[in-house]
Amino acid sequence: MNAIEIHNLSKSYGKHKALDDISFDVRQGELFGLIGPDGAGKTTLFRLLTTLLRPSAGSATVDGHDIVKEYRAIRSCVGYMPGRFSLYGDLSVEENLNFFAAMFGVTVAESYDLIAPIYSQIEPFRKRRAGKLSGGMKQKLALSCALIHRPKVLLLDEPTTGVDAVSRSEFWDMLAGLKEHGITILVSTPYMDEASRCERIALCNEGRILGIDTPTNIVKAFDKRLYGVSARNMYSLLDRMRHTKGVVDCYPFGERHHMVVDEECDIEHLKMECTDIESFNIVSAEPTIEDMFIKLMKR
Amino acid sequence: MSDVVISVRELTKRFGDFTAVDRISFDVHRGEIFGFLGANGAGKTTAMRMLCGLSYPTSGSGTVAGFDVMREGEKIKRHIGYMSQRFSLYNDLTVWENMHLFAGIYGLTKRETEVRAVELLTRLNFSQERNTLVGSLPLGWKQKLSFAIATIHRPEVVFLDEPTGGVDPVTRRQFWEMIYEATEGGTTIFVTTHYMDEAEYCSRVSIMVDGEVRALDTPAHLKQQFGAESMDEVFRTLARGAQRGE
Amino acid sequence: MRHNFGSFVKKESLHILRDKRTMLVVMLIPVVLMVLFGFAISTEVNNVNVAVVAPERTDGVSDAVERLAHNDYFTFCGYIDESEIDKELRTGEVGAVVVFATDYDRRVAQMAEGVPTAPLIQLIVDASNINTASSATTYMQGVLLGTQSQQAMFETRMMFNPQMRSAYNFVPGIMGLIFILVCAMMTSVSIVREKEMGTMEVLLVSPVRPVKIIFAKMIPYFAISCVVLVSILLLARYLLGVPMSGGVWGIFSLSLLYLMLSLALGLLVSTIAKTQMAALLISAMVMMMPILMLSGMLFPIENLPIFFQWVSNIVPARWYIDAVRKMMIQGLPMMAVWKNCAILLGMTVVIMGVSLKKFNDKLE
Repeated sequence: MNAIEIHNLSKSYGKHKALDDISFDVRQGELFGLIGPDGAGKTTLFRLLTTLLRPSAGSATVDGHDIVKEYRAIRSCVGYMPGRFSLYGDLSVEENLNFFAAMFGVTVAESYDLIAPIYSQIEPFRKRRAGKLSGGMKQKLALSCALIHRPKVLLLDEPTTGVDAVSRSEFWDMLAGLKEHGITILVSTPYMDEASRCERIALCNEGRILGIDTPTNIVKAFDKRLYGVSARNMYSLLDRMRHTKGVVDCYPFGERHHMVVDEECDIEHLKMECTDIESFNIVSAEPTIEDMFIKLMKR
Repeated sequence: MSDVVISVRELTKRFGDFTAVDRISFDVHRGEIFGFLGANGAGKTTAMRMLCGLSYPTSGSGTVAGFDVMREGEKIKRHIGYMSQRFSLYNDLTVWENMHLFAGIYGLTKRETEVRAVELLTRLNFSQERNTLVGSLPLGWKQKLSFAIATIHRPEVVFLDEPTGGVDPVTRRQFWEMIYEATEGGTTIFVTTHYMDEAEYCSRVSIMVDGEVRALDTPAHLKQQFGAESMDEVFRTLARGAQRGE
Repeated sequence: MRHNFGSFVKKESLHILRDKRTMLVVMLIPVVLMVLFGFAISTEVNNVNVAVVAPERTDGVSDAVERLAHNDYFTFCGYIDESEIDKELRTGEVGAVVVFATDYDRRVAQMAEGVPTAPLIQLIVDASNINTASSATTYMQGVLLGTQSQQAMFETRMMFNPQMRSAYNFVPGIMGLIFILVCAMMTSVSIVREKEMGTMEVLLVSPVRPVKIIFAKMIPYFAISCVVLVSILLLARYLLGVPMSGGVWGIFSLSLLYLMLSLALGLLVSTIAKTQMAALLISAMVMMMPILMLSGMLFPIENLPIFFQWVSNIVPARWYIDAVRKMMIQGLPMMAVWKNCAILLGMTVVIMGVSLKKFNDKLE
């Protein structure tokens, strides 16, 4: 049995399809990432899996329980962190944790071993009001609260949004640590660079799934050659490259533009053609998840 | 006109005995995309508020768009553009109404507004959407539109606060193309963000830690200097040593 | 799972206790309203200057004037000439002028024998403040007729509140208003706040039943309201001197019922409103306005247009205020207001039922 099984799941609001015929499985103990921008349907999927919404069509199970018929059972085996800051800002760190423990009918001591690696980092501030914590600390507290009842499945909706890079990186380390306890984790993020921290990922956009695989395989499936180009004037370079023969696509990608070329394109020839561009530079580039996402979106 | 659009020296802001911003100095040149990074609580927001004319520094000196940050806050506000992910446009007004509203706020005349609005709509390829409610536009479009509106009064500098968070990769690139286009025309862009891949687009990047600017250079040089693969790594190396939280 | 209910209540109480400003407002509003309505804003007859026009100062006239002059609520300013009436009233020197008919004594005697006669006394009152004017008029009639009232053309007796002290009238009104404010508004806002913050999602996803979440929210507000209730009753009794002759316990139990009703209303609002602002607006517009306008708090229900009289039947405060008035001022026992109690109870059950049904454990 897979920890999460989703079959042809759809959710519509009037005419708008927030989630359109989605199917995938998350294995036991897997760290699975949903990667996609706002409006991809990530939050809707989480709300369906946590039984907060009813599906328009299709079915799904979490830890073997049907999300429509057995929603009570799901609510005790799932740990959930919604997208927004879901703690009580006017209660202290300790009070928040105790409250969530009481809500699930457990004590903090029972689960202390599980949350210790995370909670111990914020324990020195246990008397502080949660509203006064830094972004990273809030995130740690929210995760501790979501884990307090030793859930089998952890559902985290954009836990790293709005948090600085150091805290985000620490957060992913914590998730990796939780794997050792056999907890299945489904986590969503709009940031492509976080995809590599997951075992498998689903790229999603506008309610559909564009591709599911391990991050490495997703990148491997990028079958075209990719180059990084730069010049003194980056803006005119874009236009120029887009109108060059053999170039399929060219888009800004940080310091360099990424340029996708077709099989016939002769790079040496292309370089010759571009000698008139000031400070023109071209290097071969490794495709990233983001390149793949762009390719899948444009298809 | 000088080539330096923002210039600050030893800029400091204290709240009681807490020094939020500690003697920062840097110059931003015309047409540059300047990345302003920092961990939560590093003093980024405080520094940016001073540059936008929203608060006065405790000490130090500086100019933004030719106006003194110590005395001419009101003038600065009129000569800069500002776009944040949180507050940008009114969803219950149409594209055209939003443009007119902001043009009015920045004191454009009726005629200037008409000309400028048509010009921006044409450039965005948005002319057929002028009477559409902003709320019904896709997120990516809203973002492009709010950038366009932030430049409606032709400001010299536009401050962007985490401009592309949560946007899909394709729309995001269209957004950066717009930024490139704006810098072509001599507009200076000042970006603050948590997200290091946004930093990679900048001509130069400064990183604030504990109220001080700890690094300032092109992304390429910074990566070289710290022996790092990405800006993310550079940032983490610097911010790990941070003493204070939020 | 008893202990998780306890921690729920504890958590709600902490929210309330830590929000000191709101807490203070809730506790102070009733006191301020009581003092304001009790003393400052008054429609009661207090120190009305009265001048008298009398063609002949007969015994009868002197008697009547004497009674007027000795009354605490009127100040006798002396006799004036008929031609001065307009000027005196216009300048505000006097608030009312009493004009005695010529031949007053004889006609009083005539009337006593049953001979029809034209009016004997004319009251000319400055009606720029209608409330004061009308109560002054009514009260003055009582005073002037005095012991001769049996001989007068009409008889008016002010029962229970002969001085027409407005505090008596306002106390029940304030109670009807305050409890809606504290219970309905604050509960609905606190539930909607959790929806807005996203914590409601976490609560709903836990195994705790929604009914528990709701009741845990209501208990602290219920407790606060009880404190407010006690303080209002104490203020009413000892500061304003409201008699409470019908028995404090009756008023107290009736108020508890009304508290429940208000909590149920708050819950209903929270199931409709999506933002705290909406919850506030709904509570203020949909609940406060009818209480002010249609409950008999400010305007007597009998004076409303028929349509609004009809509408006022569904305003819970109407029944509550009416019952409290009866018990507090008229001194009727609780049994006498059983109809009001039954209506309030019915409303509570219906509203509570509807809102519990509407408050489901889904987000849609």
